[in-house]
Amino acid sequence: MIGIVIVSHSPKVAEGVKDLADQMSQKRVKVVAAGGVDDQTIGTNAERIYNALLEAYSDDGVLVLLDLGSAVMSAQMAIEMLPEDKQNKVVLSEAPLVEGAIVAAVEASIGNDLAKVNAAAEAASTMRKLP
Amino acid sequence: MISKDAVLAWIRTLADVYHENRQYLTELDSPIGDADHGINMDRGFQKVLEKLPGVEDKDIGSILKTVGMTLVSTVGGAGGPLYGTFFMRAGMAIDAKEELSAEDLVTMFQAALDGVIQRGKAELNDKTMVDAITPAVEALREAVSSGASLSEALSKAAAAAEEGMKATIPMLAKKGRASYLGERSIGHQDPGATSSYLLFKTAYETWGQAN
Repeated sequence: MIGIVIVSHSPKVAEGVKDLADQMSQKRVKVVAAGGVDDQTIGTNAERIYNALLEAYSDDGVLVLLDLGSAVMSAQMAIEMLPEDKQNKVVLSEAPLVEGAIVAAVEASIGNDLAKVNAAAEAASTMRKLP
Repeated sequence: MISKDAVLAWIRTLADVYHENRQYLTELDSPIGDADHGINMDRGFQKVLEKLPGVEDKDIGSILKTVGMTLVSTVGGAGGPLYGTFFMRAGMAIDAKEELSAEDLVTMFQAALDGVIQRGKAELNDKTMVDAITPAVEALREAVSSGASLSEALSKAAAAAEEGMKATIPMLAKKGRASYLGERSIGHQDPGATSSYLLFKTAYETWGQAN
């Protein structure tokens, strides 16, 4: 089963999105929050993301969901810190953070592979919420 | 030649410079960014100061790589991965050296610039730190290859960085949070180009005098 890493500038947002994803998957999926420079400071931290990648890692791969801006560069750096054989099993998703994480958690929990989970999460950007 | 002590002095002075310019950089970042660049750079370099005593006896490459790794995990904004990459690539380029020649400096700053471009995918005139670093490296290379003294070459690099920084004012931002503002980003000096200018200005002030 794939793992999921949540990257946000805000540690609270990352933890909150993890909570939502955990609730959807009933904790069957490993979801790891990597928000903030540290627990108190807004920003992103490549080392923190790297540690989260290791925690979420299995050979099935890891999907990374991000908010914006430096989250992308920090996540790319974190991936480059991994051993080469693990790097190509980590995918940065274009999906919206909250909706994407919820969809990804559900899709991952039913055993779908990395590409399929990411496609479903990215499709969440066109999901309608108003009738 | 630039000794290891001079490299350490540059890094320590940079920490002071970013501390003194914390407010200024943050003010530049507030109309076109998220008003944190000064705070971020200051936080990162204060952490660097804490880490330096542990690596002072290592070679220059290792020292610069440690600076880079520290910035990556403490700056927080785009400056983290970008300046982190800058110092890490600089360190890798000069590797185990214990002192730097003028040519080493050119190699080092070129590698740092290449890393920043690769990381941030910015091109010239996108209103980023690349607009200050690119002319600085070009001026440095030109001066060194025409046989200028190190002091003269560094002075030219700092002047080129300053010119590049000022040239960002009329530019339309194409990268980062400022790009969300579109036309409204015009008329503001880029904070990243400014922190990059300070880096070259400090190099001249630290290394130029003795050489």
